[in-house]
Amino acid sequence: MTGQSPAVVSASKLGLTFQTNDGPVQALSNVDLTIGKGEFVSFIGPSGCGKTTLLRVIADLEKPTSGAISVNGMTPEQAREKRAYGYVFQAAALFPWRTIERNVALPLEIIGLSKAEQAERIKRTLELVNLAGFEKKYPWQLSGGMQQRASIARALAFDADLLLMDEPFGALDEIVRDHLNEQLLELWERTNKTICFVTHSIPEAVYLSTRIVVMSPRPGRVSDVIESTLPRKRPLDIRETPEFLAIAARVRDGLRAGHSYDD
Amino acid sequence: MSWLKPSWQGLLAILLCLIALALGAMSKPEAAALAQPEASFDYPYLATKGLMFGLLLLAALASMARLSTIVEALVLFIGAHLAAWLLITGINGYEGTALAPFFLLLAAAWLLGWRCVAVLSSLRPVANWVRTALRLIIPAIFGAWILIIWEAVTRGAGIPFILLPPPSAIGARIAGSLPVLGADVRQTIFKAVIFGYVVGSGAGFLAAIAADRVPFLRRGLLPIGNMVSALPIIGVAPIMVMWFGFDWQSKAAVVIIMTFFPMLVNTVAGLAASGHMERDLMRTYASGYWPTLIKLRLPAAAPFIFNALKINSTLALIGAIVAEFFGTPVVGMGFRISTEVGRMNIDMVWAEIAVAALAGSVFYGVVALVERAVTFWHPSVRGG
Repeated sequence: MTGQSPAVVSASKLGLTFQTNDGPVQALSNVDLTIGKGEFVSFIGPSGCGKTTLLRVIADLEKPTSGAISVNGMTPEQAREKRAYGYVFQAAALFPWRTIERNVALPLEIIGLSKAEQAERIKRTLELVNLAGFEKKYPWQLSGGMQQRASIARALAFDADLLLMDEPFGALDEIVRDHLNEQLLELWERTNKTICFVTHSIPEAVYLSTRIVVMSPRPGRVSDVIESTLPRKRPLDIRETPEFLAIAARVRDGLRAGHSYDD
Repeated sequence: MSWLKPSWQGLLAILLCLIALALGAMSKPEAAALAQPEASFDYPYLATKGLMFGLLLLAALASMARLSTIVEALVLFIGAHLAAWLLITGINGYEGTALAPFFLLLAAAWLLGWRCVAVLSSLRPVANWVRTALRLIIPAIFGAWILIIWEAVTRGAGIPFILLPPPSAIGARIAGSLPVLGADVRQTIFKAVIFGYVVGSGAGFLAAIAADRVPFLRRGLLPIGNMVSALPIIGVAPIMVMWFGFDWQSKAAVVIIMTFFPMLVNTVAGLAASGHMERDLMRTYASGYWPTLIKLRLPAAAPFIFNALKINSTLALIGAIVAEFFGTPVVGMGFRISTEVGRMNIDMVWAEIAVAALAGSVFYGVVALVERAVTFWHPSVRGG
């Protein structure tokens, strides 16, 4: 941890227990994880494995009940106050009373950037997600895929180095999803951001990630971490190569091993 | 039969005309004249009886021929309304003498008017201005027929003026008392209602924000607000008159009490209407309470707030008018209603009611228009 490249996210013995009416539920237990700068890390696992909870802990939307976690060397709360990350939710969560450009401007207004600076960043990020020309449209006038792209633009607009994405393409159809995956990789290449990506699709995880964190439920924990051997530059048809299929098989095995606990 | 497309309204109208024709005399003087053919009586519809029957039968028959929809609507419109006009003007001077055929003809004319509206509402015009015009014409014909039937029945059957004056008398009274009505509107609406509405709604809104910001207020204020809304206005009004005097201030106080709670409850509900995801989003931006309130929660609450504004627009009018029953200077809509009832000037009471209804509708309409402009993004406004 000390030295040339400090970890962007570093968790040790992280645990989170929700108090519910049916008694305590252990959402995360004993999670040890270090994410370096520029990595693309996917969290994959069945529902209830705590992958979204882990992302929310990194974002300081949930507080861990045990263990330690740091984001950019700070507590998650300090990191959030410093706007260290952009967060993309499962749904676009655009404000329907704002046009696309005003939606992208939302975080910039809160940070308090000048109008000129805002305009420049809106233009740049909308071009980055291929939404130039749709500035004056309202979210409900766009398709689901375009809305999700706008929400990615919004997360990119304030130039945080860390991008947290919680199943951002879960609600989209296969074709749109492939297209957005390709664009996301391209964007990651260009901006060199660190991306944490929650998904429940094996091909998506393998296609996108430099590292795949396989999680299993009850209690939510990391059951396997798989380093991808794929090159950084990945055309869509890399998914037919034996190398890709081998990694996918490892992920599937990891998921199955996690599952055998409760059967 | 391809040139004929029967409608039940048209057929029934023809049937009613034929029954009326068979029954003969349309009024008591006419019956008397028919009974004594040698004496020369003057009676209603001396010259226009044939014209009315002709108009109605012709319009009913023509409407069932295969005409273009526009022509059909036009024929029905002219036939029904000309006949109704002849019917109403003809009874002039013979009020209360109408016999069954009078009402049968009225029903026939009304059926043709109905058919006219039905034809018009089946139109699917392309041009925008035609659609706008239709949106105005259809309810206008509807409203006109309420007045026509009211006028014809009160005059034909000779209903006592005290019970129900005909609309023409009310209209004449409105036209003849414009200065008095104007003064009443100024006193009640422009002073008490507007002031009370703005202050009451504003206070409810601010109280909702305060309750949202400060948890102990939420626990304490909402139950008390609930109690205030349960106060009977009849009991509160005289007390407000004692506190704030006879002039409009006491009425404004009643309006404030009435409008405060709907705004408080609706705004509190509205502030809880924004989604979890949106609020989490604002949290990831480290957005404070006020930016989140202004950029997310208030816009999301706008439909609720406008609901309260619409409810309050009618409540405020009712509150101010009722409050004037408990002491007021000699001006004001509530004062006028209570004194003119005592003087049996029922047409003046109706005139005030008509003015109040008009003012209330305009008030509501303006709020609704502003709502459409502000919450254009809401699925209920943008339609889907």
